[in-house]
Formats: sequence, C-alpha cells, structure tokens
Amino acid sequence: MGVASRFILRRRGGKSWHWTDIVTWVWLVGGLIIMFGPAVWLAFSSFKTPAALAEFPPSILPYVTSQATVQGYDKPLQLFDAKMPDGSTKVLAEVRRIGLVAQMVDPKAPGEIVRVNINDRTPVRSVSFATENYTTPFTQFDFLQYLWNSVFVTVTATLITLIVNSMAAFALSKYEFRGRSLAMLVILATLMVPLSVIMVPLYSIISSLGLFNNLWGVILPTVATPTGVFILRQYMLTIPDELIDAARMDKASEWQIYWRIVLPLTAPALAVLAIFSVVWRWNDFLWPLIVLSRRELYTLQVGLSIYSGELNVQWHFILAMTVVTMIPVVLVFIFLQRFITTGIAGTGLK
Amino acid sequence: MTAPTPSPTLTERLGSLLMAPVHLLMRAIDIPLRAVQKAAGIGGMATVFLAPNMLIFGIFVLLPLVINFVYSMTGGTAFFLTERQFVGADQYARLFQCANYLDPMSCQEDAFWTAVGNTFWFVVLQVSLMILTALITALILNRDLAARSFWRAVFFFPVLLSPVVVGLIWKWILQRQGLLNFGLYQFGVEPYTWLTDRNWTFVATIGVSLWAHMGFYALILLAGLQAIPKDLYEAAEMDGTKPARVFWRITLPLLMPNLLVVVVLALIRAVQIFDEVYVLTGGGPGTSTLYLTQYIYETGFASALRNPGLAAAASILMGLVLVVLTLIQLGIGQRGEKKGKR
Amino acid sequence: MKTKSLLAGAALALLMSTAAHAGDVRIMWYSDGVEGDVMKDLVGRFMKENPGINVILDNVSYSVVREQLPVQLEAGNGPDIARVAQIKDNSKHWLDLRPLVKDAKYWDDNFGAQADWMRPDGSNQISGFMTQITLTGGFANKTLFDQAGVPLPGPKATWDEWAAAAKKVKESQKTPFSMAIDRSGHRLTAPLLSYGANYIGKDGKPAPLDKGAKDFLTKFVGWVGDGSFSKDVWVSAAGNTYRAAADDFINGQLPFYYSGSWQVANLATKIGNNFDWVATGSPCGPAACTGMPGGAALVAVKYTKNPKEVAALMDWLAQEKIVKEFSERTLFLPGHKGVVDKGGLDFKTDNAFAKAALTKYVEASKTTADTALKLPGWRWSDTVYAAIVTRVGQTLAGELKLEDAFTRIDADIAQKVKDSGL
Repeated sequence: MGVASRFILRRRGGKSWHWTDIVTWVWLVGGLIIMFGPAVWLAFSSFKTPAALAEFPPSILPYVTSQATVQGYDKPLQLFDAKMPDGSTKVLAEVRRIGLVAQMVDPKAPGEIVRVNINDRTPVRSVSFATENYTTPFTQFDFLQYLWNSVFVTVTATLITLIVNSMAAFALSKYEFRGRSLAMLVILATLMVPLSVIMVPLYSIISSLGLFNNLWGVILPTVATPTGVFILRQYMLTIPDELIDAARMDKASEWQIYWRIVLPLTAPALAVLAIFSVVWRWNDFLWPLIVLSRRELYTLQVGLSIYSGELNVQWHFILAMTVVTMIPVVLVFIFLQRFITTGIAGTGLK
Repeated sequence: MTAPTPSPTLTERLGSLLMAPVHLLMRAIDIPLRAVQKAAGIGGMATVFLAPNMLIFGIFVLLPLVINFVYSMTGGTAFFLTERQFVGADQYARLFQCANYLDPMSCQEDAFWTAVGNTFWFVVLQVSLMILTALITALILNRDLAARSFWRAVFFFPVLLSPVVVGLIWKWILQRQGLLNFGLYQFGVEPYTWLTDRNWTFVATIGVSLWAHMGFYALILLAGLQAIPKDLYEAAEMDGTKPARVFWRITLPLLMPNLLVVVVLALIRAVQIFDEVYVLTGGGPGTSTLYLTQYIYETGFASALRNPGLAAAASILMGLVLVVLTLIQLGIGQRGEKKGKR
Repeated sequence: MKTKSLLAGAALALLMSTAAHAGDVRIMWYSDGVEGDVMKDLVGRFMKENPGINVILDNVSYSVVREQLPVQLEAGNGPDIARVAQIKDNSKHWLDLRPLVKDAKYWDDNFGAQADWMRPDGSNQISGFMTQITLTGGFANKTLFDQAGVPLPGPKATWDEWAAAAKKVKESQKTPFSMAIDRSGHRLTAPLLSYGANYIGKDGKPAPLDKGAKDFLTKFVGWVGDGSFSKDVWVSAAGNTYRAAADDFINGQLPFYYSGSWQVANLATKIGNNFDWVATGSPCGPAACTGMPGGAALVAVKYTKNPKEVAALMDWLAQEKIVKEFSERTLFLPGHKGVVDKGGLDFKTDNAFAKAALTKYVEASKTTADTALKLPGWRWSDTVYAAIVTRVGQTLAGELKLEDAFTRIDADIAQKVKDSGL
C-alpha cells in the first residue's frame, strides 16, 4: 500500500509538494469524476424501473419496493414500514389504498386489517436491477438484425472510405497534375460542410437514385470524407519521393506502388482514419433515421429512437439500449487506444 | 483469427492465408490498370486514383451543394425542384429584411438572426475555453504521471460517444430530477431547473460540448508537447530559467503548429454544433440555444412551417463563413508545409 | 475496377433483397404505450387468416412520422399504411379506399364523422380510420387536494377557479407548481376556444388572433410568470417541438395537469397506487367548457404498389369487433360509431382510476364546442398550432413581449399561407 501510494503520488522531481502537483491532482481527480461519472450514472439508471426513473430525489442504485405474498390475497402485496399508533414501526403489507388511508395487513397475521395514514408508511425497498429493460428490447425488437445492419454499414463504409480516400490522397500527394490545387481546394472547402445543411438536396438525390430505404443510401454519402483525404494526404507527403522513383525504375506499375509501398507506409494514418470511421459510422443517427424507414434495415441508433412516442418517451428502454450501443465503442477504445493516441500524434494532425 | 494460436509462425501463416485473396484481388486489379497506365501515362494515373473518390464526392457532396444553391433561389413549400418556382434572391432578401440590424427581433426572420448571434457567442466562448482546458489537460498529461495511459483514456473517452448519447446523458443529469440537483439536494440546496434558465442552458451547451470534444484536442496538443526535445528543457533548467518563462519561451512557440490546427478544427466544429444540443435543449429555452445548423435543419426539414428555399439560403450564407474558416486553415497548412520542407 | 463491379453486385443483391414483394403491406407505426404490441398481435392474426398477404409493422418514433414521413411522401416514397397524427396536412398523399373496400357504406356509417379530417377538402375519399379518438382534458391529483383540504372544483368550474384551487394546494403541499399543460398548440387550443377564440376566418383561411385567444394567452403567460403554471416543458425546447408534462404529475409534484385521454393508460401504469387521481374534463371559459378533439388515424398511402392487399387489411382492422378489441386493450377511445353507440366497452385494466377517467372522458366529449370539432379537419390547424407554440414559448422564456408575440403569430401564419401559394 505504502509503495503504491508513494508511486501514484510521485511528485515533480521527488521534492516537496509544488503548487503544480496540487493543480495536477485536482485536475485529474476532477476529470475522472466529470468524465466518467455521467457514464456510470447512465449505466446505473438503465437498470431502473420507469417509476424509479421518475423519482426525486433519485437514488444512485436501482431500487424496487419489496413485495410479499400474503395468505388470502391473490397478488403479491407491497411491503411498507408503517408507524404504529404506539410509536413503534412494523413491516406491513398494503392491501389497498383509499385516499389518505392505507389498509394494511401484517404478513404474519393476515386476518386483521390495520388502517394507516399514507404519510406514516414508507416502502421497504431493496436494490434490484430491472434487467427487463434489456431483455424486453432484445426479444421485442429484432436486435440482432439491427446489430447486423450497424456492423454492415460500419464495416463497409470504413473499408470503402479507406480505399477511395487513400487512392485520392495518393494522387493528391504524389503526382503533379493540372487541377491538383483545384481538387485540393474543393476538398478543403467542403471539409466541414455539415450534413444537416445539405440534407434536403441530398435526400432528393438518394431518392432519385433509388437508394431510399437501402443501406447503401446510408453508406455512400459518408465515404468520400474530405477529412479522410486530408489526413492521409498530409501523412503521405512525408513519404520520401525517392522510394517511389526507385520503384518506378524497377518497372513497378503505379497501382503496385500504391498498394505495395505507399499503403503499408501510411498504416498509422490509415489506422487512425479506420478507428474514427468506425466510431463515426457506428454513431451516425440523423441520416440513417431519414433514409431508413423499414424495420429490417434499422441500425442500432435508429432502432433506439423508436421508443419515443408522440406523447410518451419510454426512457427505461432508451437508457438501456444506449448502454448497449456504447459497448462496442468502449471495446474499440480499450483495445485500440494505443493506435488512437500514437496515430493522432503521427498523422497530419501535427 | 478465432482460435488462439500459440505458435507465432502459425499466426503468420494464417495471416498470409487470409491476405492471399486480397493480394490476388490487387494483382487482378493491376492487370487492367497497367493497360490504362500504358495509354494514359504515369501522370494520367493520378486521375484514375482520384476518380472513385471524386465521383462519390461529386454525387453526394458537391451536387447537393449546387442543388442547394438552386433551392435558395426558389420558393414555395414543394420539396422537389421541378415543382418549385424561381424567385431569384427573394429568400436572401427575406433573411436580410431587418428594421434594425443590431436587434434580431426586428428582423422578419428573427429566428435566423438569433441563431447567428447565438452561434457567434457560442463559438467565441467555446473555442477559447476549449483551447484553455485542452492545453491544461495536455500539459498535465505530459507530466511524469503514474498510469498516464489511463488518465489519457479518461479524458479521451467521451470523444467516442455518439452526440445523441452525449446529449441524453447530460439531459439526464441536468433535468430537475437529475443527478446535479440530487447532489445539491444533499447539501440542502433546493432543486433548480437548469434547463429552463436561458443563461444556464447556454453555459450547459458550452460545457457539454467541451466535455465531449476536449479530449480530442488535448491529445493533438499532447502529441505536440511530446515532440518538443527534452534537452531544451534541460538546458533551460541549467540556466535557472523560471518555469513560467520556460512555458512562454519554449513550450508555447514550439507548440504553435498544433495549437493552430486545434484552433481551426475547434472553430469549424463549433460553428456546426447541432446533435448534442438538439438532444439536450432542443434549442430552448425560447431560442437561447438555437444555433445555425438547427435553424437550417428545422426550417428545411422538420418544422410544420417548413420552407426548404429559406433553409437553403441560410445554409449558403453559413457555407460562405465555413469556406472562409477553411481557407484560413489552408493558409496555415501551406505555411506549415513550407516550414516542413525547409 | 473489379472492386467496383463487386460492389455493384453487392448493391444489386441488397436491392433485390429489400425490394417489395407482391403481397407485402408495410405499416409505419408509432407507439405511446402498449398499442404497438396489440397491433402486432392483430396483424399476426390477420396474416393467419390471409396467408397471401405479408404485413410488416415498422415501429418508428413519433418524430419520424411527424418530420420525415411528409418528406418521404413528397418524394413518392413511404409505407403502404401509416399511423399519423398530422392527418389533414398530408391528405393529398392518402389513397382513396372507396373503390377498394368491401362495403363503403360500412365505412361511411361508422367512420364518416372523422372522414373529413383525413381527406382533401371537397372530396368524398375514404382514406382510413381513426385508431383512437382523443380529447384533451385535465387530471387532478386528488390525494394532494385532500391533504391540502381543498375541495376539487366541480364540473362547471372555470380555469380561474381551478388555478386558484390548485394554487392553494401548491402552497399547502409545497409542490413546485400548481398546474401544467403540455407544450403543444393542440393542447393550448382547448382553453383558447373556451375563451371564445376562433381560428378560422370567413374565407376558410386563418384569421388573426381574436380577443378570446389573446385573453387566455395573456392569462396563461401571467400564470407562468407567477409560478402557477409550470414553465419547464414550455421553455425546454425551441420552435414547435412537442413536450409532455406528464412526468411531474406522475411524480406527485403537480396538483393539476392538462393533457388528454391518451395519458390514461400511461398514468395508470406509472402512478400505480402511489396517489389517487381523477380526470376532470376541461375547465370552463366564458364561452365554453371544451376540450380539443383529435386522434391518430391509420391511413393508406397513395404510392402503394399493392392497393388491394392494403384495402383487405384496412377492411379487416376496421371491423367492429377488432376496433372494439383494440380499444379495450389499449385503453383508447374508439372512433367507430357502432362501437361507441353500443357502448359496453370493457377496458382491460383493473386500475379503478383509469376506468373512472375513461368514463369521464366519454362524458366530457359531450361539451365539445363546435369550433373545436371543426379544427381537426381544417387545413391550417397545424400551422396555427406551430406558430402559437413557437412564439408563446419564446414569450415564456422572456424573449418576446406578449404584444409582439401576437403580432409574430399572425405574421408567421400569414407567411406560411403565402408560401403555400394557396
């Protein structure tokens, strides 16, 4: 313990506490709470019953009221801690409530009805995870189908993105040709045109191409990302031209140069683009929602949204399925963290 | 891939077996392309490499932009261009019809100008706070920390969440029955409706977008910090230079290229803020967090008072601003490139 | 190039697999509660009885129906059948079932009263039928009233009397607000009409806001200002976004909540026996004691490839016994004259509050004003609702003065009428 704490609380240069050490730890611990806290809170909330979700003050852990089967009553009855007239408290089961008075019975002696003011009783509660928030959507909506669609869109879009973007980046970084700066300018100028801004015309294009209600209608508009071209080109600029010239001397075709030399050398940047592409496509919501209106084509994020009715939003399902959609992203993160951090450092974003 | 293979040679063999069809495919592609190369020459191959991307890009990005421009010159509520009548610059005129250009409420399209104003203040505040927090985080992560990759992960992790999830999480925290009020309640503070107070929601949208994106920028800055040679610091320490002076004289100047990238990226992203705010506040209360992208989306698509032409006109104006911002980035990028070559 | 042909092949395969098969009928459906499950069950039974027809129920969120369906319809896309609430606005896209159904007279007799809500003006089209008729109305938390010792205002009580009573409850029971109303133009229209408002001008187009409308809006804004009415839902979004205030009521934080009949099932399941609640009908204004009728309709879409199958399904779903079963299981008020006249609906709930509330709503529907009955079938209702919600929302957030809001509402509506080119 002592060694561990000494290690963790290691200070700048091993000297006494400097003010920057304090700032550092305040920032880190604060960051830990602010960054992770909300997600943890969401995860716990996703196990709550609808009634518990609407409660204030909210509890961190999901609770349900305890029930007991009492002789002489068909349905299980809710248990309460009731304050008795003599000041003692007793666990009673509620038979029914009429206005301000609850009719209760002692589960051990169910013969006699006790009348208790509803303010004098508090429900007996225990921690319980409402796993039906998870199981119901799994059985009710074709979760596996949505999962498959999401995986299909994510993987296909990422593959195409990597191929066409790297080809374009290769052309833009390793060739001198007329219109190169124009192409570069156009790509850069549209670098950050948000989809929501061109939604109306894009919709009419998708619709006239017959890609409405088709997963390709989701995939194609996203694959020619200017961002991807930009990142890859910046990286390819660092590949020495001598390598390519040497390959040309050896009679390698341009395609071979691209495939055999440039692509392997661009691997770190490709990894970054791949990771981001996976995350973006997995999280895409608005556009799939617009293009896909058939159940068998829904992606997970679209499937999630069906729990918002006109008048009521089924929060318990939404929260639970949100957690489910977060899992792959968290996995990607845990396993590929190294690539993300080193990749960003190594790519054009420098 | 599925079964764990103890022998590395076997893994290698498996890998090459898996790659075999890919290699075959690439070789197959090579044959027709060689013919093309013969016809077009080496220079001509650039077009071939560029073609697939530009084709998709042209159809799904450029063409919509052009159509959008045409839309902005048409009127009516019909959705398809063929059914819309040409109105010239009417939509633009309508956007610019104001009694007093300093007061959005005096304009015909008050919502548009409110959105412009909101977006402006959002961008200014969010970007400066973003740079500040990302820089502090990067500096701290650059220290000699135990479990550094864990801390890096802590700050980066929200970047991977979908904007919808980000919005939902924070809505769940800030609402009246939410976690924040619960926390305050423990200290005897009465629950407050954070999401109904115009000033707080504005702050909340800035805070939430910081939460969601700060890690990304911090990582870019961290990469820059780690690239600064250690011996510079050692030399400074030998000279007895004060830490503050080291920061201003060594760290900041050498970090400048990364900082500029962060500024521009953050600027562009801030201008287009939409999803998380849409989920979090819906633009409210009133129109206090109504930003440009949401205005365009709602005017063109989602509102019962739908008007695609007006939305298109607004988006063209916004596009102009974005182009200017991107050109700034281009300028910086080229300066950086020249520097790199020197 | 090979990748491309491969891709093209894959795309083609995908196209094939998603192309409509003959005999497929797609329903776009949104759910507020259990009606999706009930519908799924009914559709399953239909398919058993009609093996040639494959019905696919696409569950979507309400926002898809509201925001994206109109765009799909404009493009000639869309499902074969849809459950919609903006029925009149999109009526030019609905299919005329008159020549297709088995017995048009049955449809006219039983669904005729609402047929105008879902067809273009001046036609005799049969577009579909109402899956539910709704009526706006209030709910009171009786337990809170009892605990405060405030008697519930009677059936003829005015909005002022309700506000005063609820305020007493609020002060005695320390609830955050005394009343709340959903963020919806449709909801707010009910009290406006009770105050004598009439949206419809002499020419059938929207009239400027009249005195009745302004009177209640002024009162409403005042009530929100002094903390009687809940501000939360009204300022929690921009534009005409819908928000319900049901959660506060369910939580026991609200003595009086103005919403509508569709909330009954929701309240019953979520409140359980946490407190006693009653439906109160609509409070009165100087002109009437009206609620706003409305509802969701199941309509056939013109662009369907399989009109015969669509009509067969619609015929089946519109049968008296099916409508009755659907209503009983979903706790919805039916829109079928035969079912209503015969009565004897046996709502499938053992919650006494829900049963009483449904009875109350049936009774309250008798005092619905003529102005209210006209609105669901009026082309411009949604336009007026949207403008009112947008501007009143801004006023409540402190951005607009009430007088300016009135001017803006009129201007917004006039602009929309002008834009539509009618």
